[in-house]
Amino acid sequence: MANVTLPKSRREVKPKASSDDWTMRAFMLMIGTYLVVALAFPLYAMLSKSFEDKDGVFIGLDNYINYFSTPALFNSIENSVFISVVTMVITVTLAFFYAYALTRSCMRFKGFFKIMAMVPILVPSLLPGIGLIYMFGKQGYLNWMLFGYEIYGPLGIVIAEVFFTFPHALLIIMTALAISDGRLYEAATVLRASKWKIFWTVTLPGARYGLISAAFVVFTLVITDFGVPKVIGGQYNVLAVDIYKQVIGQQNFSMGAVVSVVLMIPAIFAFYVDRQVQKKQVAQLSARAVPYEPKPNFRFDTLMMSYSSIVVLIIVTILATCQFAALVKFWPYNLDIGLQHYNFDLMDGGGWDAYYNSIKMALWTAAVGTIVVFTGAYMVEKGRGFDQGRTLFQFLAMMPMAVPGMVLGLSYIFFFNNPDNPFNFIYGTMAILVVSTVTHFYTVAHLTAMTALKQMDKEFESVSQSLQQPFYKMFLRVTVPVCTPAVLEIAIYLFVNAMTTVSAVVFIYATHTQLASVAVLNMDDAGDIAPAAAMGMMIFYTNAIARVLHMFVAKALEKRTQAWRQR
Amino acid sequence: MTKSYNRKLLGGVAATIAALGFMAGSAAAEELTVYTAVEAEDLKRYAEAFNEVHPDITINWVRDSTGVVTAKLLAEKDNPQADVVWGLAGSSLLLMKKENMFETYAPAGVDQLDSRFRDNSDTPVWAGMDAWVAAVCVNTIEAEANNLPMPTSWADLTKPVYKGHIAMPHPGSSGTGFLDVASWLQMFGEEDGWAYMDDLHENIGAYTHSGSKPCKQAAAGEVAIGISFAFRAAKSKAQGAPLEIVIPSEGVGWEMEAAAIVKGTDSLDAAKKLMDFIVSKPAMEHYNQGYAVVAMPGVSKPIEFYPENITDSMIAMDFEWSANNRDAILAEWTNRYDSKSEPKE
Repeated sequence: MANVTLPKSRREVKPKASSDDWTMRAFMLMIGTYLVVALAFPLYAMLSKSFEDKDGVFIGLDNYINYFSTPALFNSIENSVFISVVTMVITVTLAFFYAYALTRSCMRFKGFFKIMAMVPILVPSLLPGIGLIYMFGKQGYLNWMLFGYEIYGPLGIVIAEVFFTFPHALLIIMTALAISDGRLYEAATVLRASKWKIFWTVTLPGARYGLISAAFVVFTLVITDFGVPKVIGGQYNVLAVDIYKQVIGQQNFSMGAVVSVVLMIPAIFAFYVDRQVQKKQVAQLSARAVPYEPKPNFRFDTLMMSYSSIVVLIIVTILATCQFAALVKFWPYNLDIGLQHYNFDLMDGGGWDAYYNSIKMALWTAAVGTIVVFTGAYMVEKGRGFDQGRTLFQFLAMMPMAVPGMVLGLSYIFFFNNPDNPFNFIYGTMAILVVSTVTHFYTVAHLTAMTALKQMDKEFESVSQSLQQPFYKMFLRVTVPVCTPAVLEIAIYLFVNAMTTVSAVVFIYATHTQLASVAVLNMDDAGDIAPAAAMGMMIFYTNAIARVLHMFVAKALEKRTQAWRQR
Repeated sequence: MTKSYNRKLLGGVAATIAALGFMAGSAAAEELTVYTAVEAEDLKRYAEAFNEVHPDITINWVRDSTGVVTAKLLAEKDNPQADVVWGLAGSSLLLMKKENMFETYAPAGVDQLDSRFRDNSDTPVWAGMDAWVAAVCVNTIEAEANNLPMPTSWADLTKPVYKGHIAMPHPGSSGTGFLDVASWLQMFGEEDGWAYMDDLHENIGAYTHSGSKPCKQAAAGEVAIGISFAFRAAKSKAQGAPLEIVIPSEGVGWEMEAAAIVKGTDSLDAAKKLMDFIVSKPAMEHYNQGYAVVAMPGVSKPIEFYPENITDSMIAMDFEWSANNRDAILAEWTNRYDSKSEPKE
């Protein structure tokens, strides 16, 4: 937020706003209004609902008192925190060594290992849960490995959450390891420090901010995730599933709002710590740093490659199990292969239409979201005037990260389903799903856009202004083409997440707008696990294809728009 | 009546319909929003059968578990979204009748139904379709592997040997779950009924969201025993699952599936046409593909793997009592058993 505060002198001599400035302000206002309507108002509606009874009468803290005097409900807090912390420790450790292998060894096939580690991002979090049922459930082919322990419960939740959060942690830690200063290693080697000592005194401290940041991101992802515990949590209650049970199972919206508020507290806390840490990390890299170059070491490289191979093997096994189970006629008694589980039209969840709806929704999200997010980021970074407005906008843009998808979805019921709301007409349409998804994934997309925009010198704006060109001409002719890679990155990020998200849409889809990810949930709820796996894998293939397409488009456009980067 | 007169009449009617259609915009393609808890795989078939008679009325299904549909209808009381409810637990409909949420309408031919399956009051609002009956699915392979004796009664299920091997639907969300609980309370009396559930709770491995999941899980061997309903059990067995369908000796609870028109609907005429179809013989024949007991006497044919003589085991259920006490029963149940959050030893 500090980066948008303009120098003081600006305030002292206030230039007269030109018509171009006014156009720009109008744009800022529009984008700002989006975040206020799609985020701030709904959250306020939810907060006030938590103080009301079923008929909407204000009852103060009664709902909260009720919540904290029901052990069935408040026990979930401890459960949620427990699985989040355990997952955090395991994921960060595993991801650290994987990132270490990718950045500090000379093992072969690094590109392959990097891609494979990202695969879990492409599936809904329900899917690893389903895979684990087939591997470790009562009829699972690896059931003997549990020695009589039950996969349904904390054990299954943690394994599936590690799968789900691994790529997120990996990306952060890899960045942290990549920016370390090679000169420190040279100095340590010259001082004859042992490898072990270097690891503890140089490598780990250098990556500490990345590790802390990864830890909190994983914590937030797990505590707000709903898919994994829903599928494999058994009777182990967690906060995110409680919201679902209160709202869908018992239609107790007020209690759902209370649990939402409770769930937001740890999420906001983790978010705050993460932001503080991220700020420090940037400052760590000095201009004279030299990138670290790993040297080949056969034993070390083999060790690292074996480790990475095991991780990839586990990821592939979970997905392959889902695909196999989706094709098997009647697990475990009839292992003939057939396509009958793809007959989605005979199941809960909306059938094949749900799948096509999902693609439609994801395309809309990518298109609308990219425009809104990128324009918004441009206004914050390059806009003129409206300083306080822009600071507020930056704050709103960061907020979705701390708001769990279920909470956002629930607050949309309260806000948009109100007949007095002028936006009521979007309730029950595809539009509300797109708005919810764009808002839910706003922050990461916004940060991507900001990073790209920051790389562009402010001079561009000054030049275009002195040439008396309107800002939008500059924006469309220069900024957008230069930032094409970032724009495409935002689009694919939004597409993939729109395909996989359950939490942001589960409360607000309607009969005509059922979605594939929600179908996975509903089929699993009805006991049709094989079709659920089949639909989950359809989402995976769709996302994988989208990713490959993105790669080709990015390459082709890069040639056209990024040629100036080459000499 | 002469032919030409007929033709004139037809022409006149057609012209009038066309004119009306023009005025109403698109009266020809009428749509009904129908809330249901019928199994998803049957919905398409039901809608197609109706469209054979009335191709101009499109049905938009909103399907969920009984508890969810009930709660949804109650929540939307002041601003109803549904036109018709087709296939929801009778006790839920009774509850909503009390809330005055339905249109009074006696469908044509409703007197053909067994009197237990129709609303005999002066202001009839609902009509019955069929009965779904509780049953216990036991996976024979799993039972053998875990040395579980075959249970024959509800009481058997509380024996310590079954600890953790039983799945049952959550009565809050599932109609089957609620009919089980209501039937135990009616069979054993309130005090003994709760005591029975206390014991049973010790053996339950998981409470599921939907009523069919316990049997599907038993069919797949994820649990050994699933408390579910007979139709689901027969279906899973027909798919080749190693299931034994047990009808407990104390008798089994059952619940009727019924239909009604939601008060305040914009499409009252279409809704009435649908209600007439719902109680018709062709509709009953469709229900019979899954349900052995249907509302119209003499229609029902035996179903493969469906337990024979199940009608003898069906206890006399007091649906009024179930409806009136639904909230209290669910609150008590949630208090006692919904906190299964501690990992089990």
